[in-house]
This record gives sequence, C-alpha cells and structure tokens, in this order.
Amino acid sequence: MKTVLETPQAKTGASVEFRGLRREFGEVRALDGLDLTISTGELVALLGPSGCGKTTALRVLAGLEAVDAGEVLVDGTDVVGVPANKRDMGMVFQAYSLFPNLTVRDNVAFGLRLRGVATAARQKRARELLELVGLSAQEKRYPHQLSGGQQQRVALARALAIEPRVLLLDEPLSALDALVRTQLRDEIRRLQLRVGITTLFVTHDQEEALSIADRVGVMRSGRLEQCDSPVELYARPATAFVAEFVGTMNRLPGVVAVGGASVDVAGERLVLAEPARRTDGDAVTVLVRPEAVTLVAASDGRAVVTDHSFRGAVTRVTALLSDGTAVLADLPSVSAAELLPGTGVDVSFGTQPVLLAS
Amino acid sequence: MKNKALRWTVLTLFGLYFLVPMGASVEFSLRDVNNTHSFASWGKILDEPDLLPTLGTSLWVAAGTVALTLLLMVPTVSWVHLRKPKLRRLIEGVSLLPLVIPPIVLVNGVLVVFRDAPEVINGTPVILVLEYVILALPFTYRTLDAGLAAISLPTLVEAARSLGASWPTVLLRVIVPNIRSAVFGAAFLNLALVLGEYTLASILLMDTFPVWTVSTGQSEAGVSVAVSLLSLLVAFLLLFVLSLVAGRRKASRGVS
Repeated sequence: MKTVLETPQAKTGASVEFRGLRREFGEVRALDGLDLTISTGELVALLGPSGCGKTTALRVLAGLEAVDAGEVLVDGTDVVGVPANKRDMGMVFQAYSLFPNLTVRDNVAFGLRLRGVATAARQKRARELLELVGLSAQEKRYPHQLSGGQQQRVALARALAIEPRVLLLDEPLSALDALVRTQLRDEIRRLQLRVGITTLFVTHDQEEALSIADRVGVMRSGRLEQCDSPVELYARPATAFVAEFVGTMNRLPGVVAVGGASVDVAGERLVLAEPARRTDGDAVTVLVRPEAVTLVAASDGRAVVTDHSFRGAVTRVTALLSDGTAVLADLPSVSAAELLPGTGVDVSFGTQPVLLAS
Repeated sequence: MKNKALRWTVLTLFGLYFLVPMGASVEFSLRDVNNTHSFASWGKILDEPDLLPTLGTSLWVAAGTVALTLLLMVPTVSWVHLRKPKLRRLIEGVSLLPLVIPPIVLVNGVLVVFRDAPEVINGTPVILVLEYVILALPFTYRTLDAGLAAISLPTLVEAARSLGASWPTVLLRVIVPNIRSAVFGAAFLNLALVLGEYTLASILLMDTFPVWTVSTGQSEAGVSVAVSLLSLLVAFLLLFVLSLVAGRRKASRGVS
C-alpha cells in the first residue's frame, strides 16, 4: 500500500461534477439545480448563509443525503445510487465525530480495519497519519482526553487514512476558538496540497473560504451564484449578493444617470460594472468597498469623521455624509491617524466600476 | 453543614426502610424452636428437590429474555433515534403500556394470541420469554433511549458510514460499544424482572424459581423466607457477575 508520505505531489483525488442537483425538504428547496465542477486535486469551498444548501450538497456527495433529481459524477461515473459506505469519501464533521470507545490510533485505523488491512499494516499507517497531523504522542489517548483542535486533527487523519477519492470537510473549524481555527485552517491547506486530494470544504465563514480555497463557490437558495478564485470573487463579484456576502460593502443611496451606465452618489458620478435596467433619475442603492473610499481632511468637507477602528496596517474610519449616510473607509493607519473624530473630510469613491444592490 | 445533616438524615431513613425488613427476614429465617437460632431453615433449602430445576428454568428464561430484548430493541431504538426522532415520545408512551395493563389482561391476551401456536411455544417457558420481553419493555426502552441520547449518534453513524461501515457493522462496532452501559443496564433490569416475576408464570402454570419460592413458603414459613433471601442473593450475584464482565471489557479495550 503506498502512503501519502511517499507521494507528496501525487494527484490522488478524483474529479467531481454536480449536474442539476435538486433536493427538497418539505417546503424548503435545499438544492435548486446546483451545477458545480471540481477538478482533480482542487480545493473548492462552498460558502453561503445558513440554509443555502451548501451542507446538503456536501452530504449528497458523501452519500448521506438523497437527491430528488440530478447527477453526481465522480471521475465521470454517476454515484447517485451508491451507498455512503461504498463511496470512499473521507469526511470531517463539525465536531464530536470520533468514536469515544476507541483510542486515537484505533479511530484512525477504523476505516482500514473495515477494509481488512492487517493489524500491523494498519497501525503503521495510523501512526504515519498521526505524525502527519502532529499527534503521534497522543495515539493511545481517548478522544475525550483531547482538545477540540486535536480532535479535529484526528478526524482529519482518520478521513485521510482510507485514501479517499474526495475529502469532504463540513464546517470542520466552526466549533473551535479563533486562534486554533486559523492554525488548523492553514494546516488543512498544507496537507491538502501535499496529498493532492480533491477537496470540498463547506463553510459560512468568508475569511476561511477565501484564505484556503483554489476556488470559492458562493451559494444562495440552493444555487451557485458564482464560483471563482478568491481574488476574482472579491474584485469582480458577479452579483450584488456575492458582492455583499464576500468582504464588507458600503450601501450608499444613489441616482441612475447617463442612460443607466452610471450612478450619482453624493455628488460623484460612478461607472456601473453592468448597465442598470433603470431609467435615469431612479433611486438605487450602490455598493462600494471600504478600501475604494478615500477621505481627505478638508475643513469645508462634505462629511465628518465619527469613528475609528484600528486593525493593524489599516484603520477603518467611519464618516457621516451630510444626508446622514455612514461611509466606511479602510485607510492606511498612518494617514488615518490625523483624521480624528470631528474632522471635516472630502469623500471620494474611487474609479472602480460599482454594482447596484438587488 | 445544615445541608450535610439533612443529607445524612434522609440517607439513614432510606437505609433503614430497606435494611430493617431485610434484617428482620434474616433473623426470622434463622429462628429455631425455643427462641434459639440456627441455620436449620437454610439447610432445608438444599433438601428441596425442585430448587435446581426451577432455578434452571428461570435462568434460561432470563437469558432468552435478555437476548431477545437486546436483539429486538437495540436496532429498533437506534433506528428511531436516527431516522424518526419525532416518534420518540410516541414510542416511549407505547413502551409504557405494559406497566398500565394488568398482568391478568396481558396473560389472557397472550393465551388468546398463542392459542393455536405450536406446543414449542405454548407448552414451554418460551411463552414466558415472549411475555417478559413485553413486560420489560418500559425499562428496556427508557434505558436504551437514555444511552443513545447521551452520544452524538447521527454524527458517529455518518462517520462510520463514510469510512466504509455497513449497517450491521455500524450497529455492532459503533453503536453497541458506545451505549454499552445502557445495554448492560437493560440486561440487568430484564434479569431482575425475570427472577422476581410471579403472576404470569403462576397463571401459565410454569415452574419458575419465584413460583417455587411461593409454593414452598406455603408449607414452611422459615424456609420460604430463607428462599426469598436466597433469590435476592442469586439476583445480586448475577448482577455482580454482569457488572464484572462489563468492567473487564472496559479495562481491556483500546488494546486492539
């Protein structure tokens, strides 16, 4: 049996394709025609608010949830009728998934035992995997003797032990505290790249999704709104929903102008990323990223600084427009230092094309 | 301090409530003629020719009841927890019925249902096994239900499934080991019930240990009390052996 340690760059994973997945729970449409492709060795994160269907999609791939319609292709073969225990999917759950009656080592070896791997071989491999997640010293402990982060590492080792075709991570970090969450997140990515396994990662935390994934799929009401690289998703959101869900957005009142090509916001004319299907003069809500906003101190400025929130390199400054609209601006902390609350400022919204809120 | 005193008072009162009758029974079973004490009554037990056969019958019925109960109820209750959690209340209610239905009704019902059943069931203690499984249902269900509620069953089952476990494997390797104390608890309760149940066995004319105890007591009071105490001892002993087995399994686990 080859081991993950001996094949650091191997693409051991399969490719996955969802085609028109539909699933209803009573009145709720958890999946409403979901299409998604994951290439071999890729890490795709599904991101979305609770109830958007992201977990259902993952469970469908695991075989733990049935579909009403659609196909799930793994390496080109439809696996919809295949029971969960025959799918070879390595799954990590949110929490409490380790078998309490087994030691850490036996937990990791569980899947191998079911596959009839001889005792010596499976213990050797369990040890290798525990080494990989940095828990060799804890192999004889029971799950309840480990911290939450350690338990999730064991769960990861257990899922990888069976050399799964796809690794499925169902909000594996959301039960952990902030520091451990970041550490484990980076470690999951490091391991995933090393093993080269196709991975589907489900989360409601945008920072997590953006920092770990090759591509992030934003879901809404059982459909995929957009699936792109983190950079693309942030810089060029396809819809207002994506724009607002990923990162922070200012929502500013504006008026449509130039036949729907532009929009006037607080005396400034901004180009729209896509033409508005509105007539000139219509009131709309415009979305602008805080980092696109600049504030310049001016005693007769149109806005007044009201709040400061220091975040290291940048400081998020809140300014109040004369009409009462609050504008968030992420400024370099050095230049933000002189904009104390009460300072009059001029506001400009940059040159990037903007989106309208739906 | 006050709390502690209260605790001890309550504990002492309950202790007396249980221990005084038992102590009195022991004393009574040791009484001999002319205000002397001896083991005469206890000695007579050994002369009873029906002791061992009836005890044997009861143990076998107990074993059958425990086995059938666990075989039926562990998968059923697990399934309810996994797939029909909303039915838990309803099923709990149904499982309490044997406590509400008078034994005489139960026994008549059983006789009617099994009227045309083959003699293997009707004429042997097998019919008792079937009845006791029903009679023990309230205890069995509640014990297993509590055991399953204490573990994160759905996640454990799904983890096992995704690692390649078939349903029987999930049941035997994941569910049962993690509700072991509940399983043993259910077994204890079944055992205690079978070793103490008189009404049904007597009506069905089965010579079980409790039935023999009563009939012996009608002729000799001292022996009867001694035998009652003996049945208590037997039950204690069996429970002790069971818990020993449970404890040993626990100590040896992890060395796979």
